[in-house]
Amino acid sequence: LPINKNAAQIRATVLSNRRVGVYHQIALEVGDLVRHIKPGNFIAISVGGENSKMVLRRAFAISRTSDRGTVELIISPQGSGSKWLCAQPEGAHVDVVTPLGTAFGIPTEPVTALLVGGGYGSAPLFGLAEVLKNRGCRVIMALGASTAAKIYAPLEGKRAVTLLKIFTEDGTAGETGRVTDSLPDLIAEHDVRVIYSCGPMPMLEALSTIAVQADIAHQCAVEESMACGIGICMTCVMPVKTETGEIKNLRSCIDGPVMDGEAVQWQLVGSQL
Amino acid sequence: MSLDFSTTLGGAWFPTPIFTASGCASSGKELAQFFPLREIGAVVTKSIMLKPRAGRPTPRMAETPSGMLNSIGLQGPGIDAFLADDVPWLASQGARIVVSIAGETAEEYGVLARKLRGVSGISAIEVNISCPNVENRGLVFACDPNSASEVVKNVRGIIGGELPILAKLTPDVTNIAAIASSVINAGADGIAMINTVLGMVINTETMRPHLGGKTGGLSGPAIRPIAVRAIYQVKQALPNVSILGMGGVASGKDAFELILAGASGVSIGTASFGDPSAVYRIQNELRDILMAKGFTSVKEAVGYAHRSEGE
Repeated sequence: LPINKNAAQIRATVLSNRRVGVYHQIALEVGDLVRHIKPGNFIAISVGGENSKMVLRRAFAISRTSDRGTVELIISPQGSGSKWLCAQPEGAHVDVVTPLGTAFGIPTEPVTALLVGGGYGSAPLFGLAEVLKNRGCRVIMALGASTAAKIYAPLEGKRAVTLLKIFTEDGTAGETGRVTDSLPDLIAEHDVRVIYSCGPMPMLEALSTIAVQADIAHQCAVEESMACGIGICMTCVMPVKTETGEIKNLRSCIDGPVMDGEAVQWQLVGSQL
Repeated sequence: MSLDFSTTLGGAWFPTPIFTASGCASSGKELAQFFPLREIGAVVTKSIMLKPRAGRPTPRMAETPSGMLNSIGLQGPGIDAFLADDVPWLASQGARIVVSIAGETAEEYGVLARKLRGVSGISAIEVNISCPNVENRGLVFACDPNSASEVVKNVRGIIGGELPILAKLTPDVTNIAAIASSVINAGADGIAMINTVLGMVINTETMRPHLGGKTGGLSGPAIRPIAVRAIYQVKQALPNVSILGMGGVASGKDAFELILAGASGVSIGTASFGDPSAVYRIQNELRDILMAKGFTSVKEAVGYAHRSEGE
């Protein structure tokens, strides 16, 4: 298969930029490119403007797309690049490359799916929920964060969700505790057949264990730091068991971000293979 | 006035002087979505080793002001898979191919050269003797004139006159011109330089080295003046030797600067990480600059900064 098929580099216009909790919800006009974007795909954006000392593109999950040619991103302004992007006003232009990476696989049967998001990791799950609902799947969503302001759960995104559970570690929203704590019961109770997840690595690792124990599929969107987003820099690798049983460092931009949670060798992340 | 945009490196002809840089274009497939590979000078492939290699642990990357540190450790599929898959694919695209090789021992470079002998579609071999991301600094052959020339001798002995050999050098030495002389005397046809500069970032949260491999190679515009200096010095010492220059080139003007210093070709590396069409864009910008300055060929501009006063 061709690598980066359908990806294009274009100048996109910032249509809106508003704060949602501790995050920014940014809508970009990307025109016809939306037709090729699937839930799980990401966008790589050049930051800092001309003559910036930031030489690397930033990768962001795509939350949702609309038929009108817009993509929506949920960005946590933590580093200098994401802060720059969150400071871009309506009407500004940014250089983007999209769609990149693998997409979530959609079940062929109308099963019950559990979507688990940690912090702004919930962003790509809302676009996924709409696709799943349109395919007749029942969507349960469980979102977790340290505190209420870090939960991203927009009203309009909830339409496709049958059951939404929220967990915060400090108890400021939903139930108190970690999102992963009550999932085994939820999976059994609702006959969940597949888990989709996006969030911090320890959460993805815990979900992989839960999925293996429940004997259900788990597709997770990983986040490893990238320099290019298009497969040439080899910095974003994850240790993954391949079909031949070999453990290889695979690029999370090309072979991910959506990966089979069971195949990812979480205990080997950061180790010499 | 028309411009002859072609160039030669160690006897090999290329239609343009703009190449990808080894390790910054994988084997071309990823960039092919963004520009036609056949329209650039050549694809310099990621340094290939004898056996498949997993590379270093993550984190492998740290962005630094106007640059980045990488610590990949030569991850790759090994020469056999590379020759079976990547070279035929690149040839099918009509791209010129410069194969970069890296060995753990001087002998291994000879074995790699034997595998390349007779493979069709290859324009030149880059002998990477300067990757900073190896466990043992003593294995950076390009830090020592004797080790550097031993590797090049081995490759030349196997390749004969079949293909031009470019030796890739590190600027992390006291006298790069002396290393360049030794590899040319050992049979290299040209010099590729500069490789990344050895660096380190300490994470101020964990208060430990940030990269899994602790040290990494610094690249990007931050190192461009080092590249310009190194190319200038080697061109001055060895005026007839062709140089494939690289180091922080992000625009046509930057590429022009390396050519003025003495490079006959310019590789684009880290710029492709920030801009997937950088190679193509820089090539167009360089063509415009050469024409605007009144040059009728690339050759005319190579080393132009060395001309004497009054010229």
